[in-house]
Amino acid sequence: MVTQVVNMSRNGVSDWLIQRVSALVLAAYTLCIFGYVVLNPGLDFETWSGFFNNTGMQVFTMLAVLSTGAHAWIGMWTIGSDYLREHTLGSGATTLRFIYQVGCVLIIAAYLIWGINILWGNN
Amino acid sequence: MKQNSRPINVGIGDLLSFKWPITAISSITHRVAGVLLFIGVAFMLYALDLSLSSEQEFIALKEMMVSPLGKMITWGLLSALGYHFVAGIKHLLMDMGVGETLEGAQFAAKTTLFFSAVLIALAAIWVI
Repeated sequence: MVTQVVNMSRNGVSDWLIQRVSALVLAAYTLCIFGYVVLNPGLDFETWSGFFNNTGMQVFTMLAVLSTGAHAWIGMWTIGSDYLREHTLGSGATTLRFIYQVGCVLIIAAYLIWGINILWGNN
Repeated sequence: MKQNSRPINVGIGDLLSFKWPITAISSITHRVAGVLLFIGVAFMLYALDLSLSSEQEFIALKEMMVSPLGKMITWGLLSALGYHFVAGIKHLLMDMGVGETLEGAQFAAKTTLFFSAVLIALAAIWVI
């Protein structure tokens, strides 16, 4: 099996499965939030923060944040691998793709930390 | 000798006259919407952060979201989400073996574009 240092994906089969499972979590979470907002017009702070102030909703939100991270990584990795390539961009492509991938990882890490802070930070 | 009508060079004219198949349009839009959502997560987390911080910040967020720029961002993100959602369901159905023929894929792409257009229109009405 050929492996590369810049090949920051484990394997296609697990990526495929993670992409689908995280998609289902995100679809369910999207429907949950939209259903709630549509069914409660003119939301105020008390009702909205009350909706998030229970373990079930906090765990569901955290699962959605984690799914976002996994889903976005696989999607962004796929796009980078498809377009940032030597035959279109020349010899600098590998370096560029590496910088792009590191950028994606850092953004995803920031999103995860931000999400945890929103849910369980002292605010 | 066999006649070969394939062009030897691909010029700018060939690129301009190239017609994207509907399945390709549907696929690239899924990717574009995905990248927009990846950036959009920052706006969503920012909104969630404000909305849960305090009553003042909740009200401040509501005011931001009714400003013209706020409405544009909200509608843009809802549109990207609506498209990515519908196209994602199409993917999951195709994973299960639904619509794997050429005709099936073309029908699925058209259906995706139709349903997402409805969602995007609904999102516009809801935001305004």
